[in-house]
Amino acid sequence: MHDDTSETEIKLLLEAIYLRFHYDFRHYAPASMARRLSLAMRRFGCRSLSGLQERVLHDAGVFPELLSLLTIMVSDMFRDPGFYRALREKVVPFLQTYPSLKIWVAGCSTGEEVHSLAILLQEEGLLDRSLIYATDINPEALRKARAGIYELDRMAGFSEAYRAAGGRASLADYYTAAYGSAVFDKALRKNIVFSDHSLATDMVFAEVQLITCRNVLIYFDRALQNRAIGLFRDALCRKGFLGLGAKETLRFSDHAAAFSEFARAERIYQKE
Amino acid sequence: MASWLAPVLPEVIVVGGSAGALDALSILLADLPDDFAVPIVIVVHLPRRKRSALSEVLAAKLGRPVREPLDKEPVSASMIYVAPPDYHLLIDRGMTFALSVDEPVNFSLPSIDVLFESAARSLGGGAIGILLSGANADGAYGLKVIEDAGGLAFVQAPADAAMPAMPNAAIALCERAAVLPAAEIRAYLIRLAGRGGESGRKRYHDR
Ligand SMILES: C[S@@+](CC[C@H](N)C(=O)[O-])C[C@H]1O[C@@H](n2cnc3c(N)ncnc32)[C@H](O)[C@@H]1O
Repeated sequence: MHDDTSETEIKLLLEAIYLRFHYDFRHYAPASMARRLSLAMRRFGCRSLSGLQERVLHDAGVFPELLSLLTIMVSDMFRDPGFYRALREKVVPFLQTYPSLKIWVAGCSTGEEVHSLAILLQEEGLLDRSLIYATDINPEALRKARAGIYELDRMAGFSEAYRAAGGRASLADYYTAAYGSAVFDKALRKNIVFSDHSLATDMVFAEVQLITCRNVLIYFDRALQNRAIGLFRDALCRKGFLGLGAKETLRFSDHAAAFSEFARAERIYQKE
Repeated sequence: MASWLAPVLPEVIVVGGSAGALDALSILLADLPDDFAVPIVIVVHLPRRKRSALSEVLAAKLGRPVREPLDKEPVSASMIYVAPPDYHLLIDRGMTFALSVDEPVNFSLPSIDVLFESAARSLGGGAIGILLSGANADGAYGLKVIEDAGGLAFVQAPADAAMPAMPNAAIALCERAAVLPAAEIRAYLIRLAGRGGESGRKRYHDR
């Protein structure tokens, strides 16, 4: 392949989406974008990317579904338990020195990550004085995150991860089982503000002490990663913390020098 | 030498396998010459949600470094990489790695198809694909995409594989694949990479 035609078509389609819907996918990692778009072509029965573009622009029902295909709606509670353990053991002692806390969970998807964080803060006596901004570009994901309802059959895996993460109670203490679902306690969400925010197009909205942005930057190219990490640098207070996903690093970013490695293996950085 | 041999030094060798693949890998990658500059990227199906010991196990067996790559890491000459559990591993334009946590493909995360397709898309005929032992069909389609893009396709001979289902699926789909025992694929690789010699290594260093 090395296929210049499809490269051009991808560019045109993403440009069209940007102009028409103001979602900016122009700087996403090409390899995974190409995959998502071929899935989309199959889903909408289009034989070419131009065909898909035609559908997106002229069939009002298509874009929301395409948006859900392009943004990856997957998340887990206490994914990478070692990350949460390091937050609890190494970062919380710093957070405890602040009279009030602001935290940003960027790209929160369906909310499993931010619920995990809320449980951790609750157990460390910090939730009451925290304000958590949980943001994403996918309205469907935000709706699910706000509801805090997950499939019951995922709870066994989540409980195991919660224990491995150093959880102090039983995960079941935080949800009620009903009709095959686990409904998480709304007290966990009383200090969480869910809102639409794009790392590609929006600006910083608050000064925060902790940011987690896990498994979002992997979908961006280097330029967009730089933009997002620049936002994090601007939003963090001095000595504030940034937590990335297990396979993400600031090493290849223009802003690497603005941060130091705080917990290397767990990908927790501290702003200088 | 067979006529389908690549006219240029490959840019990357992608390898996939599942059940029974570890033994095949140790044969395929045993005692690679010191000047073997082509990077090798491997997806082996593993249990999800568990840290994988594959890179350590392979490194010990092969006596050379084997790493799980980070997102946006450049694909470096002479290196062996394995996909981390719970992520798809892709090769992006500009020879860098990209990871994703998308849904499983063929029930697999990482999926061989995803790696192979991305390599073909980013490198065209510069990718060599090798599919080893396994009990499912992941990788067959990806190998076909590599072949269609002008790259070389190798399949471990079913009789040589502990689990022949994966090789058989690929043979059914890929018309031009070379079907060989792991040891013979190894011999081909060494000849291929060796042919580039000085100029081959220079290309990597210039990038
Ligand atoms: C794979 S999920 C990660 C969810 C969660 N952080 C975790 O690790 O479990 C990626 C999320 O990034 C969001 N996303 C993609 N592009 C974004 C952007 N430009 N700004 C904010 N969020 C974005 C997607 O909507 C999706 O919900």
